[in-house]
Amino acid sequence: MTAVPTPGGIPAAPAPGEPMVARPARPRWRETLGLLVRDRTAATAGLVLLIIIVVAIFDETFASQGPNEQDIPGRLQPPSWSHPFGTDDLGRDILSRVILGASVSLKVGFLSVGLALVVGTLIGLFAGFYGRWVDDALMRIMDVLFAFPAVLLAIAILAIRGPGTSNTIIAIAVVYVPIFARVTRASVLGVREEVYVRASRSIGASDFRLLTRHVLPNAAPPIIVQTSISLAFAVLAEAALSFLGLGTQPPNPSWGLMLAEGNEFINRAWWLAFFPGMAIVVTVLCFNLLGDGLRDVLDPRQRTLMAGGGR
Amino acid sequence: MSDILVSARGLEVHFPLRGGKGVLRAVDGVDLDIYRGETLGLVGESGCGKSTLGNALLRLVPPTAGTVTFDGTDLTALGRRAMREMRRRAGMVFQDPFASLDPRRTVAQTVSEPLEVHGLRSGRRERAARVGELLELVGLDPAVAGRYPHEFSGGQRQRVGIARALAGEPDFLVCDEAIASLDVSVQAQVLNLLRRLQRQLGLTLLFISHDLSAIRHISDRIAVMYLGRIVEIGPASAVGSTPQMPYTQALLSAVPVPHPELERTRQRIVLRGDVPSPAAVPSGCRFRTRCPAAFEPCPDVDPALQPVGTAPDHVAACHLHGVIGTPVDGRTAEDVSAAPVD
Amino acid sequence: MSAVPLPAADPVLEVEDLRVELRTPRGTAHVVNGLSYAVGQGETVAVVGESGSGKSVSVLAMLGLLPPRVATVTGRAVLQGEDLLTMSPERLRQVRGPGAGLVFQDPMTSLNPVLSIGKQLVEGIRAHDDVPKAVARRRAAELLGEVGLPEPDRALDRFPHELSGGMRQRVVIAIALANSPALLIADEATTALDVTVQAQIIDLVERLQADHGTGVIWITHDLGVVAGIADRVLVMYGGRCVEDGTADDVLERPAHPYTRGLLGSLPDLAAPLDPDGRVPDLATVPGLPPPPTDLPPGCVFWPRCPVRSDPRCETEQPPLVTVGPGTPGRHGHVGRVLEHRAATWYQEGTAR
Repeated sequence: MTAVPTPGGIPAAPAPGEPMVARPARPRWRETLGLLVRDRTAATAGLVLLIIIVVAIFDETFASQGPNEQDIPGRLQPPSWSHPFGTDDLGRDILSRVILGASVSLKVGFLSVGLALVVGTLIGLFAGFYGRWVDDALMRIMDVLFAFPAVLLAIAILAIRGPGTSNTIIAIAVVYVPIFARVTRASVLGVREEVYVRASRSIGASDFRLLTRHVLPNAAPPIIVQTSISLAFAVLAEAALSFLGLGTQPPNPSWGLMLAEGNEFINRAWWLAFFPGMAIVVTVLCFNLLGDGLRDVLDPRQRTLMAGGGR
Repeated sequence: MSDILVSARGLEVHFPLRGGKGVLRAVDGVDLDIYRGETLGLVGESGCGKSTLGNALLRLVPPTAGTVTFDGTDLTALGRRAMREMRRRAGMVFQDPFASLDPRRTVAQTVSEPLEVHGLRSGRRERAARVGELLELVGLDPAVAGRYPHEFSGGQRQRVGIARALAGEPDFLVCDEAIASLDVSVQAQVLNLLRRLQRQLGLTLLFISHDLSAIRHISDRIAVMYLGRIVEIGPASAVGSTPQMPYTQALLSAVPVPHPELERTRQRIVLRGDVPSPAAVPSGCRFRTRCPAAFEPCPDVDPALQPVGTAPDHVAACHLHGVIGTPVDGRTAEDVSAAPVD
Repeated sequence: MSAVPLPAADPVLEVEDLRVELRTPRGTAHVVNGLSYAVGQGETVAVVGESGSGKSVSVLAMLGLLPPRVATVTGRAVLQGEDLLTMSPERLRQVRGPGAGLVFQDPMTSLNPVLSIGKQLVEGIRAHDDVPKAVARRRAAELLGEVGLPEPDRALDRFPHELSGGMRQRVVIAIALANSPALLIADEATTALDVTVQAQIIDLVERLQADHGTGVIWITHDLGVVAGIADRVLVMYGGRCVEDGTADDVLERPAHPYTRGLLGSLPDLAAPLDPDGRVPDLATVPGLPPPPTDLPPGCVFWPRCPVRSDPRCETEQPPLVTVGPGTPGRHGHVGRVLEHRAATWYQEGTAR
């Protein structure tokens, strides 16, 4: 892990306005992590997300009360020491339900977006790179999916497959596949024409190599941004579907469902909707901030600026 | 000089125009032999198809018709896999050194790509050693291997591009406007480097450029291209000093030289108008619409390359040296040449 | 240090000690550092330099085209008696058309792709001259004819993308000349064009210049072009003028090691062959220009200079001093001798 000495000799002289920065020769992932940590906003977002995820994984440990333990006399209590987030209309502890809801909401968010990301990116990658009939065939299918209103499509899928968490994940994924396909395709169309792709082809690189080493990494930034936006929307979509009774089934908590349930008490007991709502807002915000930070850190040009600029 | 490395016969690259309205004849019937160990300069104005020809010789754009033979192998008949393996033997250097290097890959990753692709060095350590050798060969400090392209100036990036092209130990190197986007003093550095590498490694070089001075400096032979066709080719000294085709003459006369006295006194041949679109190539001689010396047979006979001047192997496609070629619309060559032409 | 040599009787533009600093993330970039020159009526001054030499920034700064939040411009740039640098933005905008026309390298960036050629020309004419549309349109057609566009009346209704690069550049020149400016600034105006088209454009500008007495600043890196058109040549390096004089003096008798290096790096077919019968390698200037954020204290060229020997090179900036008897200029000042000056500590043989 020693620093590379600034090489002497003329060929290594810096370009005008582009001072060379001797960077430590650390592995890339460590360097990336190091830079991410130096980006305060992204680091904070990452930390908060990490806490949320840990809480979601060990929900049973953190929840002070069973999520479905009812206490009718103590219903609709405002936040207090014993119930920091208050209680709902059935006297259930909202803090515990938010904690347990985290695992449901995050699971739906990560899995549905992850599924859509993989499938959509692959479709977009092939469509954009090969063009012609591959593009036509794949993108027409995407257009058909895209033509349906998102919620209608999800409802249709859930109506066919029946409600439940895993079907909710599939339904949301299907809605997001065309979005990822389109974003990826648009980005790939630009990268495909880059001279460095042609250069790599000229030395005999296979299509697989071109796609994995050159096209995908350079097409990634908008996909990363789309991922962070989609994670946010997936959490909201799960809420909407649960609200319609098609997603998470009561009495199990999810943030969306709680938000929906709290809606009717909004004038009398704001805390019912406020805390799950805040959980969604904070998570979504963190996803977006982390996504932006990641995009910057993964760009070598930004990297030099960040490493050189100190701070 | 008689050993041919790369050879094209009847090479055509046509691109369909959008909306199905005809074709763009980027390369339109090129016969060309490139001898082993020589530097062939390919010169022409923008849109003449010189870049497309360079790409077609390496089958980086698929030819519409004709064949390309590389060291006895017909490239147009090779399968995808065999073609990819063939690419080790031919490198390409591109115009814009800012666009031709992947911004997300280090110099080492870029230069070692051909090694990985063709399995030339096994093991990380050996590849790194070879990358170091290559960087030294092109005049870069091997210590820069871990850096990213944006940390380099244009000239340094072009050196990285050359190192990548040389990594597979090719016989043939195509330089497509490789110095066009560099500063004057850096152009000189890269020209010197290419000349040194050509000698040192015994490379066969196709140097494509619009810059006649650079072409004359680096080339053994010069080929002049106009609207998809080679219109004159011969030894650099002959083409550069006694061009026989009016287009070459005009091109040479338009190149400004840094000598005020010469610039003031010399006669410039100013061509009329613009180059016609390669989608609407004129009949007969394609240069006739701008040619100051066009005469009767020019619209009727597509001129073939024929020996001109005094130097051996100097040929040009021009009726001023005798009407030879393919008659337009069914007339025979005899018909046309039988007509009085003086 | 001698004073700025007087140009032809009536200077169109006089630049005095022009300095441009740009704030960048890497610190203050000293892009232009004390540039002084004058352009006379009908005279062509060629500003030569490689990328980063400050040649383009210097004219952008004069015309107030640099973002004010980033750029600090000091000095004087007097165009027909008015200092451009102290002018109000409103006045500067008025002056730009009739005072100075600009032609950039890429004609596509100076033309609006969604407006017809005619619209753009008429707009340019009417911005500075309150004439009816029909009159402006007629003048636009005349202009297009003057710059050599075939069928100027029909060309008015065409769009930029329908024209070739050379034709587009003619249109840009027509727009630049629409208000018969006293000064035409061509910034690498022919760099993107083919040599045959470049020859046409140069002929055009020289003809228009002769007809209207326009002063021309021709910014280029192409010393061949300079040889053909320039009355006076200004070689820039590191934001400074390192040598100036007539084209004959600067190109045939270069005094500054940088100018020599630049000329040496051009392929010259008259050069004698190597002993082994090969064309000799080109002379090159090793290394790269210094970053404008970090200029060396002494001579800017010192770190790359092949003949540095004077102890002052490293520490003291050489002034621009007369190095030769000078030669007569071409157009604007027939019979007058223009000085040949260079800023270097290097002197051949003994000091002159």
